[in-house]
Amino acid sequence: MDYLLIQVLNGVQLGLLMFLLAAGLTLTFGIMDLVNLAHGSLYMVGAYLAWTFITWTDSFVLGALLALPATFVVGVLLEMTVVRRLYARDHLDQVLATFGLILFFNDLVRLVWGPAGKSIAVPSFLSHTVQILPGVPYPAYRFALIVVGSLVALLLAWLVARTRMGMLIRAGASNRRMIAALGVNIELLFSLVFGLGAVFAGLAGLMAAPIASVKIGMGDDILILAFVIIVIGGIGSIKGAFVAAMIVGQIDIVGRAFLPELLKAFLPPASASAAAPAISQVLIYVLMAAVLVWRPTGLFGQRT
Amino acid sequence: MIERLKQPRAIVTALLLVLLAVLPLLTQAFDQRYLLSVGTRIVIWSIAAVSLNMILGYGGLVSFGHAAFFGIGGYAVGILSAEGIQSGWIQWPVALAVSIAWATLVGALSLRTRGVYFIMITLAFAQLVYYLASGLEGYGGDDGLNISRSRFGIIDLRDKAQFYWLCFALLCGTLWFCGRLAHSRFGYVLRGAKSNELRMTALGFPVFQVRLVACIIAGAFGGLAGILLANEGAYVSPAMMSWVKSGDLIVIVVLGGIGVRFGPLYGAVVFFALEELLKPFLDLLHKGWGEYWQLAFGPLLVIVALYARGGMASLLRARE
Amino acid sequence: MTALLTADRLVKRFGGLIATDNVSIDVADGEIHALIGPNGAGKTTLVGQLTGNLAPDSGTIRFAGRDVTHLPTHARVRLGLGRSFQITSVLREFSALDNVALALQAHDGHSFRFLADVRRDRARRAKAQAGLDAVGLGARATTPAAALSHGEQRQLEIAMAMAGEPKLLLLDEPMAGMGAEESQRMVETLRGLKSRCGMLLIEHDMDAVFALADRITVLVYGRALFCGTPDEIRRHPEVRQAYLGEDGA
Repeated sequence: MDYLLIQVLNGVQLGLLMFLLAAGLTLTFGIMDLVNLAHGSLYMVGAYLAWTFITWTDSFVLGALLALPATFVVGVLLEMTVVRRLYARDHLDQVLATFGLILFFNDLVRLVWGPAGKSIAVPSFLSHTVQILPGVPYPAYRFALIVVGSLVALLLAWLVARTRMGMLIRAGASNRRMIAALGVNIELLFSLVFGLGAVFAGLAGLMAAPIASVKIGMGDDILILAFVIIVIGGIGSIKGAFVAAMIVGQIDIVGRAFLPELLKAFLPPASASAAAPAISQVLIYVLMAAVLVWRPTGLFGQRT
Repeated sequence: MIERLKQPRAIVTALLLVLLAVLPLLTQAFDQRYLLSVGTRIVIWSIAAVSLNMILGYGGLVSFGHAAFFGIGGYAVGILSAEGIQSGWIQWPVALAVSIAWATLVGALSLRTRGVYFIMITLAFAQLVYYLASGLEGYGGDDGLNISRSRFGIIDLRDKAQFYWLCFALLCGTLWFCGRLAHSRFGYVLRGAKSNELRMTALGFPVFQVRLVACIIAGAFGGLAGILLANEGAYVSPAMMSWVKSGDLIVIVVLGGIGVRFGPLYGAVVFFALEELLKPFLDLLHKGWGEYWQLAFGPLLVIVALYARGGMASLLRARE
Repeated sequence: MTALLTADRLVKRFGGLIATDNVSIDVADGEIHALIGPNGAGKTTLVGQLTGNLAPDSGTIRFAGRDVTHLPTHARVRLGLGRSFQITSVLREFSALDNVALALQAHDGHSFRFLADVRRDRARRAKAQAGLDAVGLGARATTPAAALSHGEQRQLEIAMAMAGEPKLLLLDEPMAGMGAEESQRMVETLRGLKSRCGMLLIEHDMDAVFALADRITVLVYGRALFCGTPDEIRRHPEVRQAYLGEDGA
């Protein structure tokens, strides 16, 4: 039972990280109609910038606080130089160009930080465990991830539901022409939204760094998972991204944790534990295919 | 015919085909065996890119999971080989049948969606195969599987030159078929549906069925490329079908020229040539820069996407 | 003249709004019957019911001697009910000739042939060329549809609709967005095609309507106000008031 609780919490924590990554993606998708494969690169850049600032300031919190605006700047610069020119293009052009950006960022990071991976230590004030239930210890850093992730998710929900920018974002996601009619500076809005998406991606990258590692291409596979999430949730829907991220987080973690036991009924133990992560991934993609066949525009997507 | 030969594109295509046809003789004469293996890969990737061009170029269906067919064709050969069935006469038809079955399933489900959702669902299906292959512990799992090459009796696939010529002949067949397809009744409907799907439906064309058949044809040729790729390296692994490979295939098709018969061939040549040449070229400029060739290649793709939509094919078109 | 299409007392409601209120209309073989009326009069709703995109709440539609009220669109097309589209929707990347050739192919079926080169199918190309000639686009056969003028694209639309050899052609505002000269050319084209099929013409351009129509039905607020020859329409006081404006046209 305790084991189950811990795994479910791990799933929530992964889901929140994925949500941070997916949120920016679904916003740029929803209002700018942009397929941005390079979103994973911003996740990577955020983590590397955090490594640099944490090493420099010798403080996790201070480093993270410096890395976020820096990632914002990278995002806005990227938007102003390249991405802006892609909004009006068809999806194939966007795929090609942002695929090129992935290659560029991977080599750029290798040039700046070297080919070897970096590691960010869990900050000392979070390196203990907390008792989530009496007698059930849980790593404090992971618990902090859940807290921060939930707070950011709430912040985003507030931003979208209650602010003027959020109103424009919602309007833009359902009707792109409308925001132009409202007399808004679209270029500025798009730059801000893209920069905001970059910050969320960077935050996800730096928060994941102490439990995973900081390495080149770290964003490539997780990006695909983020795409799966926004497609399951329905493109442009923050709520959909959140629900889908939670589901995917649970499938991934709980699948990894419990499939080996289940598989041992059919397979020798060694292959069971080796096959389980692959099968939990397969389950995620089966889920996505099933959702799209059932609802071709995702759970919360706009009907066309 | 004579008129057509005056076009730069026709001349370049003819020269390229002649060069590819005699490549094993050249590499032998100049003792550059490495170049032959590059050439083999170019030819095999061209087959896959031509097959992607059938649905992406003519059909307007942006499949982001075409590398799955590398894996499906490859693993069908690999698994049969690991189980002791070495005959190509059995391996190849089985591999093609599996590819066709997969293409039918994926096509029937994916074609219900449109636009970005189509891109993403094809990607998801490819990832599904990728992770299935990584989970096949009995066949190497993540590490992949060493196999022995298919046996045919009449030709020896272990002989690099013979294998190359087989691949090249299959590429020519694929290009021939693609050219005929483009101007067939079927091809016109496929291209018409790309141009204006609603109008084609209103005219009464079975757009869904036509697209599904196109996906199946493309899947079969994609599977063929997978069979060849497995035989080229005598090795299959999940990495053959990572999503980056699917991206590479799209890059090749767009780089060469979308919906142009020989476009994927130009694209594959340029793609691999850039990979092989950018490194030494950058190293020549400054020692050590070659390692970072993608720093130049990435922005090049951005520029192609932004400013050179027609790819190589439009650069080679005759001035009007 | 026998009636080719007969719509009898069609009723279509959208919520509380009655879009067509017991509308009856018929088109005879070889006749051009025009449907006019102000915006919101229910023309689009009526056309939708005739083509099969909308199901009437009550009433019947007979076409070519059959009750087609409940037949889907494509079945009606197969019986010979052709239409041109209100929004120009030719295949922009294809040449004018290929557009018509594709429309011919839609009519004769056989889309799953993979190897035979359609450019060598002489009979079909000749037929497509004849179709272009009939709408006055014969000299523009190799021009991509995207490069044709707006008026020429509408002409091409007509050629594509005619490729199915329809018994009746539904023309949804064929002159929309055209200049005077282009309209005149379209009028001549349609007059030339009149011998080959009946036409139901929905159009705002009154000069074109009066030049072409054998009969005119006036639709106002979902009701067929009046049906008669152009001369009768001109003289009808109620029509002048309701539609043509009090000072007449």
